[in-house]
Amino acid sequence: MPYIEPHAHMVSRTTADYEAMAIAGCEVICEPAFWAGFDRSSPQGFHDYYRQLTEYEPARAAKFGIKHYCWLCINPKEAEDAGFAREVMAIIPDFIDAPTVLGIGEIGLNKNTVSELKIFEEHVELAKKYDLPILIHTPHLEDKLKGTKLILDALKNANVDPSRVIVDHVEEHTAGLVLDAGFWAGMTLYPESKCTPARAIDMLENFGMENIWMNSACDWGVSDPLAVPKCIQEMKKRQLAKDLVHKVVYENPVKFLSQSKNFKVDG
Amino acid sequence: MPNKEDILDLYFMDARCKLIDIAAFLDRLDRHEGNTDFRYEGFNQALNAMQNPGAVPRAQAVLEALSDHTEEPIPKATIQGAFGAPRLEINN
Repeated sequence: MPYIEPHAHMVSRTTADYEAMAIAGCEVICEPAFWAGFDRSSPQGFHDYYRQLTEYEPARAAKFGIKHYCWLCINPKEAEDAGFAREVMAIIPDFIDAPTVLGIGEIGLNKNTVSELKIFEEHVELAKKYDLPILIHTPHLEDKLKGTKLILDALKNANVDPSRVIVDHVEEHTAGLVLDAGFWAGMTLYPESKCTPARAIDMLENFGMENIWMNSACDWGVSDPLAVPKCIQEMKKRQLAKDLVHKVVYENPVKFLSQSKNFKVDG
Repeated sequence: MPNKEDILDLYFMDARCKLIDIAAFLDRLDRHEGNTDFRYEGFNQALNAMQNPGAVPRAQAVLEALSDHTEEPIPKATIQGAFGAPRLEINN
């Protein structure tokens, strides 16, 4: 079945992973800017990273017939030093007109600090200035509930159109908060710290099939670039109709991502 | 939609395996020297939440039991990672 991987960190993956994803039916990969497992020491490091996201990965994906898009930001794990974060944010406009940039992301919170929140708010203003959609990372584990609430409050204060924002890594205790406020929700199939295929399907049963997608968020950690097609298999076991599966793994991502002027599924 | 028997067919063995793993994990902690910490306390609170979830589904109750319920941003991060259970002396 064709599917879209709306959140994957391919800079950390092998070319063999691209091949496996293509064979599994992946047509589009979207890659948010993130923490690469270590703190970069200079804004120049991010300049190189943004070049990798906007130039190198689209070419690597194209060899397997996959379209590659990206989101730009400085991730919250490296936003504790607000001065450093602002230096990095100053170079983002140099890349915003690249043809595969979707919007600002994955911004958000990590440890729910004052500085992280300030930089998050400044990213939201950047997105508003350039009229771009937003992809949001919510914190891990014990920090997720509090971080999600802080993020939703900040978005409401910023008067952002919730239909242009996806709040990712939701779990059972945050999905309702996000969807009830009118935002899109992303479920991440990253079993140790986020959710399993079975739980993702439970959330679909409990919260419905609208304004929701699923992704692998595969990166440098213990993660699976084939998590979405494996969840498709799980949805078949759970007797979900084929058109509903297609809606969740293809139509919903297309609907949200099409709010970015650069996103073209057939281009 | 699958019925209850279908769900048991699909997930009982997997859940049984995970349940025994949890029991063995608790036995392992009992058997070894030293002290537990806030994670063990959080784990036990989550087990209780699973059995007594109140008005919310069990998975939500467990996740909430393992969450930081403070409301204000903290002044500064002292770590980049997370533990899986709230450690209030670090979070505040």
